[in-house]
Amino acid sequence: MVMNITEKILARASGKTSIAPDDVVFVNVDKVMVHDVSGPGVIAVFEKLKKQGMKIEKLWDPSKVWVAEDHFVPSADKISAQNIVLLTNFTKQFGIQKHFKYGMGQYGICHTLSHEEAMVLPGEVYVGGDSHTNTTGALGAFAAGLGHTDVAYVLLKVKIWFKVPPTLYFKLNGKLPNHVMAKDFILKIIGDIGNDGAAYKTMQFGGSGISEMSVEERLTLTNMTTEAGAKSGIIEPDQKLRDYLAARGVTKYNEIHGDQDAQYEKIHEYEASELEPTVAKPFSPENISAARDLSSIELDKAYIGSCTGAKLEDLRAVASILKGRQVKIRTEILPAAISIFKKAMDEGLLKIFMDAGVVVGPPTCGACCGAHMGVLAKDEVCISTTNRNFPGRMGHIESKTYLASPLVAAASAVTGKITDPRDLK
Amino acid sequence: MKGSVIKYERDNIDTDVILPGPYLKIHDYKELAKHAMEGLDTDFHSKVKEGDFIVTGRNFGCGSSREHAPIALSYSGIKAVLALSFARIFYRNAVDGAFLLPIEIDEDAYKDISQGDVLEIETVKNEIKNLTKNKTYPMKPFPELIGKIVAAGGLFNYKP
Repeated sequence: MVMNITEKILARASGKTSIAPDDVVFVNVDKVMVHDVSGPGVIAVFEKLKKQGMKIEKLWDPSKVWVAEDHFVPSADKISAQNIVLLTNFTKQFGIQKHFKYGMGQYGICHTLSHEEAMVLPGEVYVGGDSHTNTTGALGAFAAGLGHTDVAYVLLKVKIWFKVPPTLYFKLNGKLPNHVMAKDFILKIIGDIGNDGAAYKTMQFGGSGISEMSVEERLTLTNMTTEAGAKSGIIEPDQKLRDYLAARGVTKYNEIHGDQDAQYEKIHEYEASELEPTVAKPFSPENISAARDLSSIELDKAYIGSCTGAKLEDLRAVASILKGRQVKIRTEILPAAISIFKKAMDEGLLKIFMDAGVVVGPPTCGACCGAHMGVLAKDEVCISTTNRNFPGRMGHIESKTYLASPLVAAASAVTGKITDPRDLK
Repeated sequence: MKGSVIKYERDNIDTDVILPGPYLKIHDYKELAKHAMEGLDTDFHSKVKEGDFIVTGRNFGCGSSREHAPIALSYSGIKAVLALSFARIFYRNAVDGAFLLPIEIDEDAYKDISQGDVLEIETVKNEIKNLTKNKTYPMKPFPELIGKIVAAGGLFNYKP
């Protein structure tokens, strides 16, 4: 039976020779991740189960589990500090070796670590206790977010149920023009199909524009499939991905590719030359406009951070704008992992940021989820390289967040108004 | 299952408004309940009663995967959310954790049900009776596996 990449991965993981959309299957999971929010959530589920009489002595395979500290680090208050202690005791108790501890070696946002550290490999089934787990699908894996009960189930029983998702295929013809980034493309797609346009489905990206695109930029696409309601986002492995993984010391894995004549529920085609800098207005990622049409919007702040918009290439894009310029509004840059922070330092990007008057902060989810470190006040207006702008997402319920690419956010930081980088003098 | 309706006539109620980000660090279920729906309705905690239902529009529970969202609603007393559609992670969290029933209704039922109406939900018959208006609406039947997990009382009690 002819299958696409997602169907083939799920068939492999459920021990079936063929599979079709809407089949319900229990799949064996290859990797699982929790962080400082979902980890304590899973611990609470374990406590509940123990009270009901279940014995929980070991995990299915601690070597398949990894842990990140990202949402409330540096510890925002006593409760979040306690959660880190809880998480540390949990990894010790169950013998989990891969715990990226904030302030010890490599650390950063979980989704960023998933690719920076090649924690997940092509062809694998990966689940995480976070909705943006979809990000890692750009490595040719099936990657989906789950809640605490489901992750607890995976930790104890290896498997979890999935309804095989129908696949929407997004084909990008041609290379993205100058000043247009993957963020602009995914915002355009979400604007076209809506917040639930891919609900329960997989969004697959392909075409010459994707072949031309770097792995980091591809990760921006799969990251925001969550904002269209998708179960997962995926891109077929190619030489660019193999080179990316090899640079991280990983060369052995079993790639899975879809059949030549694989079926998709629908194919959406885009011409790269027609795309332009795009912004999502409050209060929804689907509420898009051309950046140029918003040039009268005055801003209080620019935020460059998160798993979506603070990878190395995002920081390079920001530096290309800020070099030799000054910011006009408060601007915060938080690289998404400390490995990226170091590379930005080595390349001289941090000096460019500081010379421009920007504050550079440590890797954390921070204000992206309204947790701490730079949340917004009532009526404050922010341009942000993050992924969501629902009411209150980044702070006060009456604050406003505009989602944009790193280039648009940087250009806007320079002028104090929403600015298309093509119009920057 | 009988209860009265709290209606939010809007689409895309996301988990950031059901349980705002700053409370993600909390894992005490009763404490979470105090902040349920705080991003949309600051009176929710004072008006919600044990056994109530929420009736709402499309794509309820979109956004973050936080299980805090169905937990906060469940520990507030909400037994079911009746919506035109649900986001996937909220739906499976509600079912697998046995926190509340996510029930899909049609446009006619959504329009007809009013704030404060008393409903009786009969999942066996896939029916919703509006006792206030003396009407009956269909509910979309649970898919086979979901029905079994609901009947078992959550994923951990379900034997595949």
